[in-house]
Amino acid sequence: MTDTTLRVGSVEGEAAARPMPPATIVPPAGIPIVAVVLAGLVAAIVSNKLWALDFFHVAGGALWTGVDLFVGLLIGPILRRISVQARVEFSARFMPKMLLLMPTLVIVTLASGFQLARLLGNLNTAAPMHGWIVASFVIVGVLTIIAIGVLEPANLAVLFELRKPKPDGELIGRLMRRFVMTAGIIGGAQVATLVIMTRLASG
Amino acid sequence: MALVVVGGIFMASYLPGRPPLGPAVALLCGSGALLVGNVVALSRVREFAWRTFFTVGGWVLLAYAVIAGMLEFVFVLDQTRGAVLLVLSLMLLVFAVDIPIVLAFSVARHQDPADSPGQPVA
Repeated sequence: MTDTTLRVGSVEGEAAARPMPPATIVPPAGIPIVAVVLAGLVAAIVSNKLWALDFFHVAGGALWTGVDLFVGLLIGPILRRISVQARVEFSARFMPKMLLLMPTLVIVTLASGFQLARLLGNLNTAAPMHGWIVASFVIVGVLTIIAIGVLEPANLAVLFELRKPKPDGELIGRLMRRFVMTAGIIGGAQVATLVIMTRLASG
Repeated sequence: MALVVVGGIFMASYLPGRPPLGPAVALLCGSGALLVGNVVALSRVREFAWRTFFTVGGWVLLAYAVIAGMLEFVFVLDQTRGAVLLVLSLMLLVFAVDIPIVLAFSVARHQDPADSPGQPVA
């Protein structure tokens, strides 16, 4: 793509016009919210109440799947069509929030889901739904490897590149394409998770 | 990371029963050996943005220590004990150490080594 060959900030004065990146990579205002959510998750697991575990698993899972599909299928194609400058401005504000949001959603969904499966007896190898549980483990494993091995490194590298006085637009474009592509793959795998989860919930 | 994730899925698919430990230990040893190999290979790189590497790695390690701690908490709460708990804990340890290295390396490789003077890890 030719637009990604532009060097953001390579022209004198352009750097001054460029929006200032946030002072920190992770938005500090979000940390207390994450702490409250994690405290609620611990309380749900300790109490072992069906409703609390169900709430965290369904709410976390729905948000995780929804955000993945939204980013991969809607935001991604839009990002590919806008200018590098607009992409950089969007990324500077979008990526830090994703850095905090996604790991929180993942740990909330997985921890409450594991505990829920145990409470409902689905973890037992003799349970009729055990095969579906193992299938969901496998999909989550694949998602984890793609997300942590490809998507998150690209996300972090973009954030650090944006903090340079002269960010490399080509590098940002390449990393963003990787980010958007893997988000799309993850979105597809999330559809498979939806099939499994609705099958499990239907009994 | 892939090996330890596969090992974790293998173990979790048997819980709360007792999983066969042979394949899990083999996967754990394989992932541990690869992790050590990666650290050794990385420590031999001279020109590298080490300051960035350690900054990113430190914060990610903190985040994944929390995540691994949550998972360990769930396993202990679920009465997982003995050798099964030990293998799971070691898998979580490899997971929590490996990911910061992956993420820190991914960021630092795009940074200018001159901005980050320092010695490689011994």
